[in-house]
Amino acid sequence: MIITLNHYLLLAAMLFCIGLYAALAKQNAISILMGIELMLNACIINLVAFNRFMDPSMLVGQVFGVFVIALAAAEVVVGLALVLTVYRDLLSVNIEDFNWLKW
Amino acid sequence: MSISAIVFWVIAAVILGSAISVVTAQNLVHAAFFMVLTFFGVSGLYVLLEADFLAVVQILIYVGAIAVLMVFGVMLTQKKDMAQTNASSSHKWLAGGIVTLLMVVLAYAVTRTPWQIIDKAAPLSTVGPIGDLLLNQFVIPFEAVGILLLVAVLGAIILTKGERNLP
Repeated sequence: MIITLNHYLLLAAMLFCIGLYAALAKQNAISILMGIELMLNACIINLVAFNRFMDPSMLVGQVFGVFVIALAAAEVVVGLALVLTVYRDLLSVNIEDFNWLKW
Repeated sequence: MSISAIVFWVIAAVILGSAISVVTAQNLVHAAFFMVLTFFGVSGLYVLLEADFLAVVQILIYVGAIAVLMVFGVMLTQKKDMAQTNASSSHKWLAGGIVTLLMVVLAYAVTRTPWQIIDKAAPLSTVGPIGDLLLNQFVIPFEAVGILLLVAVLGAIILTKGERNLP
């Protein structure tokens, strides 16, 4: 059995869906950040698989993978800073307690 | 079944199993460690796709930095016992429905699209070509990502220390 592009794309789609579920259905703000990391990983798998199967001589997909990893690092830094700031005021990381922007 | 196919199925099982454990684990620290396992699996997938530089970067940044940051975030925000820290919210069935629907649409799109496969060998080492692309063709996005990281670090410092406490 030969592993084709479809296998990688379906695996990445499943990983993306698991991450999306964590981002939508979790109470803890840090769980939501973890879900977003899983989704970004699925995106990078897609980029690298497309690069390998559709244009192996140019490494454009891998370069964009590097960019996405840098974006993920920036995202998690700002996200955790936000969570810690809110925690200092509310003493909670449960997103159902975050109601400052509701009216 | 060739060796690479067996390796692919093992890695896929590790990735999906540990990713599901990230969602289902009751203890948030356990979820963070399962996330580390997922990152290792994805790194193995990059090795299988002959992206050696990206595999090393994945371990360095995701396992070495992001996962440690996550664990720090958990430790700083949980005071009581860790037993039920990864609970689902009240609308988890709605989220499950949306995710299942999205998975069906994605699977349909992936299997029905005629991909233009080019069967060529990948370059032996990817480090040199990636550096070449980063500093020639993609130098503007490269600098933009550098500025973005600087802004993110400054934003994190200002958010956590407060604007008035800065020197």
